[in-house]
Amino acid sequence: MLEAQARRRQQRSGLLLALPAIIWLGLFFLLPLGIVGVFSFLTREAAGIVSLPFTLEHYERTFGVFSVVLWRSVWISVVSTVICLLIGYPLAFFIATRQNNWVRQLCLFMVVLPFWTNFLVRTYAWRILLGDQGTINAILQGLGLIDAPLTLLNTPFAVILGLVYGFLPFMVLPIYASVDRFDFKYVDAAHDLGANDIKAFFRVVLPMTLPGVFAGSALVFIPCVGAFVTPDLLGGTQGLMIGNLISRQFGQSLNLPLGSALSVTMMLIVMVALLAYVRLGNRRLGG
Amino acid sequence: MSAAQTVQQSFSSEVKTRTFEVNERQLSLDRLVRRIGKVGLLFNPIFSFFFLWAPILVLVIFSFNDSRSVATFSGFTLRWYLNIFSGAVGAGDNFSTALLLDSLRNSLVIGVIATLISSVIGTMVSLALSRSDFPGKRVLDAVLYLPVVIPEITQGVSLAVFFNAIFGWWNMTTGQRVSMGLETVIIGHVAFTISFVAVVVRARLADMNPKLEEAARDLGANEWRTFWAITFPLALPGIIAGALLAFTLSLDDFLVTFFTSGAGTNTLPVFVYGLLRLTVTPEINAISTIMILASTLLIGISLALQGRNAVRG
Amino acid sequence: MLLALLGGVLFAQDKPKVEPWVCPPGFEGQKLSVFNWSTYIAEDTIPNFEKACGVTVDYSIYESSEAMLSKIIQGNPGYDIVVPSGNTVGRMIELDLAIPLDKSLIPNFANVSEALRDPSYDPGNVYSIPYQWGTIGVGYNREKVGYEITSWEQVWNYPGKVAWLNDPRAIMGIGLHLLGFDPNSTDADEIAQARDFLISKGGNVVAIAGDDGQVLLERGDVDITIEYNGDIVNLGYECECDTFAYVVPEEGSVIWVDSMMIPKDAPNVALAHAFIDYILHPQVGADISNYTTYASPNQAAIDLGLIEEVYLNDPAIYPDEKKLERLFSIDHVGSEVEVIYSNAWDELLIFLGR
Repeated sequence: MLEAQARRRQQRSGLLLALPAIIWLGLFFLLPLGIVGVFSFLTREAAGIVSLPFTLEHYERTFGVFSVVLWRSVWISVVSTVICLLIGYPLAFFIATRQNNWVRQLCLFMVVLPFWTNFLVRTYAWRILLGDQGTINAILQGLGLIDAPLTLLNTPFAVILGLVYGFLPFMVLPIYASVDRFDFKYVDAAHDLGANDIKAFFRVVLPMTLPGVFAGSALVFIPCVGAFVTPDLLGGTQGLMIGNLISRQFGQSLNLPLGSALSVTMMLIVMVALLAYVRLGNRRLGG
Repeated sequence: MSAAQTVQQSFSSEVKTRTFEVNERQLSLDRLVRRIGKVGLLFNPIFSFFFLWAPILVLVIFSFNDSRSVATFSGFTLRWYLNIFSGAVGAGDNFSTALLLDSLRNSLVIGVIATLISSVIGTMVSLALSRSDFPGKRVLDAVLYLPVVIPEITQGVSLAVFFNAIFGWWNMTTGQRVSMGLETVIIGHVAFTISFVAVVVRARLADMNPKLEEAARDLGANEWRTFWAITFPLALPGIIAGALLAFTLSLDDFLVTFFTSGAGTNTLPVFVYGLLRLTVTPEINAISTIMILASTLLIGISLALQGRNAVRG
Repeated sequence: MLLALLGGVLFAQDKPKVEPWVCPPGFEGQKLSVFNWSTYIAEDTIPNFEKACGVTVDYSIYESSEAMLSKIIQGNPGYDIVVPSGNTVGRMIELDLAIPLDKSLIPNFANVSEALRDPSYDPGNVYSIPYQWGTIGVGYNREKVGYEITSWEQVWNYPGKVAWLNDPRAIMGIGLHLLGFDPNSTDADEIAQARDFLISKGGNVVAIAGDDGQVLLERGDVDITIEYNGDIVNLGYECECDTFAYVVPEEGSVIWVDSMMIPKDAPNVALAHAFIDYILHPQVGADISNYTTYASPNQAAIDLGLIEEVYLNDPAIYPDEKKLERLFSIDHVGSEVEVIYSNAWDELLIFLGR
């Protein structure tokens, strides 16, 4: 009797503590998302407002002409995530295996500090580097390696570079945490059992640090798909991503329903990709 | 654990089938692999740190360049820095020292207020989720993670649509005009930082020994006392870390601000975006360098503070 | 800097031809919010107005009429002055987004050139008064291109990098014109043809510049850009070199007039009127045109000799009769048709440069 009362009291206080978050997220996160969902089915009015009747027109456009850019966004994001992984895993592994605590802290600091610099400024730096009369072309020409400047800016390549640069720390930190937790006695055990380094890595180290790999990949992939600043500053016409077109619907052509439909579709793509990824992860980890 | 065990089993079965000669050749091959691996493992961080730092260094170097070029360094100058503070920036009608300071002030005001609100709300919900059971807890748990996994542009766009709809309705029914401004930006920032605070604080709460709280209660302290005497001090490093994360996210945020700010409410990132899009003057490099310096100082201070906390805790 | 100083000395010495503008009393301590194109005002225009009236001005910029309209259309967030181009003036009137101007508060309206008064999109200048005017053409880097550009065909066929302007109606208008249609066509099929035509000609387009084509050109990221004339002409005068040229292609192009308007729900309508009158003052108008190198609609400023000779005689700024014949304007076609244009522009963005 007393216990039930205590439980109820504890339930009430729990709910009370959670209430501000429930209200705030409900009102300023879920409700707006719901409105966007409804808007995506409404008709566009010429004056920039939306109205009934419901229509599938905007989704038809999304999966029609806009699918070109949707796919480009997805493949650019996948490539950027893979490159982040290829650079980030060895880096995280290197940092986590330093014996000296001070060196480890310094390395982490070196990874995190550029990340603390404003994202726009970091992206702009690449605009300086990649231009036809930019630093990279000047160096290459100075060394006599090329005659004419290479076209680097305003390409999908520039966008991928910018995204990898912008989100690499998101990959390094979770993997670092995983490797840091990993007990290297398992590697010794594998060696004792006759495995060489490669086998030990792929059969012991990698599987046990997979949670970090999965977390890092998700943290990189999500902002890549929704990227706006990077393609805007570095992409030109060929690096155009879905974020640019969404922003255009809201900031210029004022086609709210189409912009909403594009946002909802992008969100669903991310969700589906994450779910598939988590499934894959669970199967790998669960064995 | 189980994965490692199965792996070990598969190794041992293979070892049995090996002959001696193969092992000999295998051994030298393994040594080679190890050497390559060691070199590779050293090469990667060198490359990575170069990759991470080179663009920033280039930016800093050319902010002192005595010409507009970013290809050749023709001499040292402080001209671009002096221009910023005297407001004599060439081609840009969108730059003035006052505007820059204004946007910086907006950024700080938004950052501080949003961080305070989201730290309190985020800590409360973390306590609720980790210390008690209530109906709908699992749903809340899932929703709490959503802002982390939904692209920021979707959040910005949905808030813009939401505020426009609400303000339009308000205008129609009351005839009063309300428009987006600092307040809407703060609301948006709180909405996406709560989740990050909650993630960090919950991790800290999970690491705490629940026996301490039980002991306090057994000794007759009520919930309130227990919280302030035991839970809060122990969770404080987590709360501070969460707040710092929220503050950083708020200061650096571009997309949510871009979509939720009204006329004349520039934050630093939105202001810088305008400059980057429409100006080519080398003053941009100088402004960027100042921003890099400021964030370096900030992280240095926060690390020093955390270091002291760690020693004390 | 030195040039500006010299200019100031010159003005002080031999051009005290007009009395300075006097602010009507009673505005001290008030606020005005101006929303204008980027790179479109002289450095001292705003500070001088603030001093004359004792007010503070919030000055924000946009890079396309579309971007400006999309802010106003959702409910004016607090702007007192906006400066749209012709077709957008028409749209704002159609959508009831503008406040009629009280000409008695704008005596300097008399300075506006007769030729630019009473436009088709705003008969009688009820809502709008010209700010500056100009053309859309091709800015190019002579050294990189290696020959003079005279036609659109050369732009389409150029093997190097090209940027276009983020002005959907103007670029689509050029496409329509080149296909032999009315540049202000309201026919969905013709608009679609223009879109496909432009996509087929845009294989060399690396960027769509939002009023910053001159920046891309100067930085060497493109060799050719479609831009508003003043931005390119300015580049040439600034570098005092022959590297950058501006041309209106022989097949014809766009002539535009940007006009000051007071958007609905403007917080300070009275001060906005004073500001318009200030801009129309001969010296103020001349200073703006001398700085931005766009053409001035201020006949008084031209007659008083306040606009610098070089600029007045530059055909890239003030096109001659023969050139004027080749130019067409982008007119108001109604919001329904604007939607067709905007959808076509989305599709053009998706498929351009591939």
